[in-house]
Amino acid sequence: MKIGYFPGCSLHATAREFDESLRLVAAALDIELDEVQDWACCGATSAHATNHALGIALPARTLALAQRQKLDRVLCPCAACYNRLATARHALAHDKKTAAQVQSILGLAFDNSVGVVSIAEMLSGVTAEIRKQTRVPLTDVKVACYYGCLLVRPPDVCGFEDAEVPSSLESIVSATGAAPVKWSMALECCGGGFSLSRTASVVRLGRLILRAARDAGAQIIVVACPMCHSNLDFRQRAMLERGGLNQPMPVLFLSELVGLSLGLDPDRLGLRRHFVSPQPLLDRISASKAMPERREQA
Amino acid sequence: MAAAEPVAASAVPGTRSLLAEVQDATGLDPAHCYQCGKCSAGCPMAAEMELKTHEIIRLLQLDRRERLLATESIWLCLTCETCTTRCPNEFDPAAVIDALREIALRERRDSVPRHIAAFHSAFLGQIRSFGRVFEFGLVASYKLRSRAFFADVLAVPGMLARGKLALAPRRIKGIREVRRIFRKCATREEPR
Repeated sequence: MKIGYFPGCSLHATAREFDESLRLVAAALDIELDEVQDWACCGATSAHATNHALGIALPARTLALAQRQKLDRVLCPCAACYNRLATARHALAHDKKTAAQVQSILGLAFDNSVGVVSIAEMLSGVTAEIRKQTRVPLTDVKVACYYGCLLVRPPDVCGFEDAEVPSSLESIVSATGAAPVKWSMALECCGGGFSLSRTASVVRLGRLILRAARDAGAQIIVVACPMCHSNLDFRQRAMLERGGLNQPMPVLFLSELVGLSLGLDPDRLGLRRHFVSPQPLLDRISASKAMPERREQA
Repeated sequence: MAAAEPVAASAVPGTRSLLAEVQDATGLDPAHCYQCGKCSAGCPMAAEMELKTHEIIRLLQLDRRERLLATESIWLCLTCETCTTRCPNEFDPAAVIDALREIALRERRDSVPRHIAAFHSAFLGQIRSFGRVFEFGLVASYKLRSRAFFADVLAVPGMLARGKLALAPRRIKGIREVRRIFRKCATREEPR
């Protein structure tokens, strides 16, 4: 399977382990990622919060480049990029005024034919393959699947699953052998882009998420968004300092968890780049009987 | 600011309705809101907002221009879209708040909270300069604009050790296309 790839800015910097692990997992699952050449930033929150046309035109340019590259779908691992590209695609298809305005702004031949796919959508379509290739079943690892906002909302833009009771992350996590927990905060917001400009809000919101995950018996949280990861991992120290959390909780990108189950090397998956060490999880995995197979592969 | 433009009707209180402007921008009719409050109940930032989501919509129905464009609350919306997802009458409060922010930025720039304005300017400045956001440059530029010089300074060595900071920005080839987009979308307060 070949699919277009839009990594976005975070995957080149603070979330580079998301890019590293996703590329390894894709290769293992025989998915070819064809990067959109010369892509620009999707504009994220700052564009749409200040200028509607800019918030559509920036991601529309990337969709136009993808079309020129003859890609029929583009995978956006970052939930924020996914949301902006999907929003642009939706607006161009349904809002004639915006579509005409953006067409003239772009000045590129473009018919809005390129599909936009999130990592949850892509991996939930290959769970059979993940099961087949699992070398290190993550049995007994209890996982809080954290969707956050931008993967599922608004429903008319992100319509591939239920916006209030989504299940794609759970189906992927189950394919690795791990056990998704039932919890109440899977769809709450982590504070997103306020990490720098309103850190106290991020600490308040993230602490509630970590506490709910712990209370549900989770050992780790799995995310599919660089902002969720940065807020829950990098900012976790401040959340712990506010009390009521006992011990740190590792936060993994979905692709890292899948990579571990496929027997890929944790270092190459980027697990050492986290602020909250995932070592307790790695110890648990290496103590499991599947360990010799992973060594064989390495 | 809007100085280079002829005074827009909207700059004179009472001559143009904010309600009509938001309707134009979003294609939404705020009369659809019947004040059930479900939007505010699910809002992650409600606890920090002076005006809750349903109150913002109510004031818009009442066309309270000054009150709405001056409140910090519109800048606290994270666009998590929970309100829009749950509205029982298919209204879209998140889109309304985006429209209010765009108008406030044009007309009441001084009412935008400094740290949030600094972040958006720094972020968009990165895209305009390079086509992409380089987080190290973003943080540096944000600090200069917000004057939050010391926040997170201690995190820099940890970020570097983990290979998480791309230090040297690289400009994309199509930077002129990106700048053209910025120019064509330019709101009135920008120089061009």
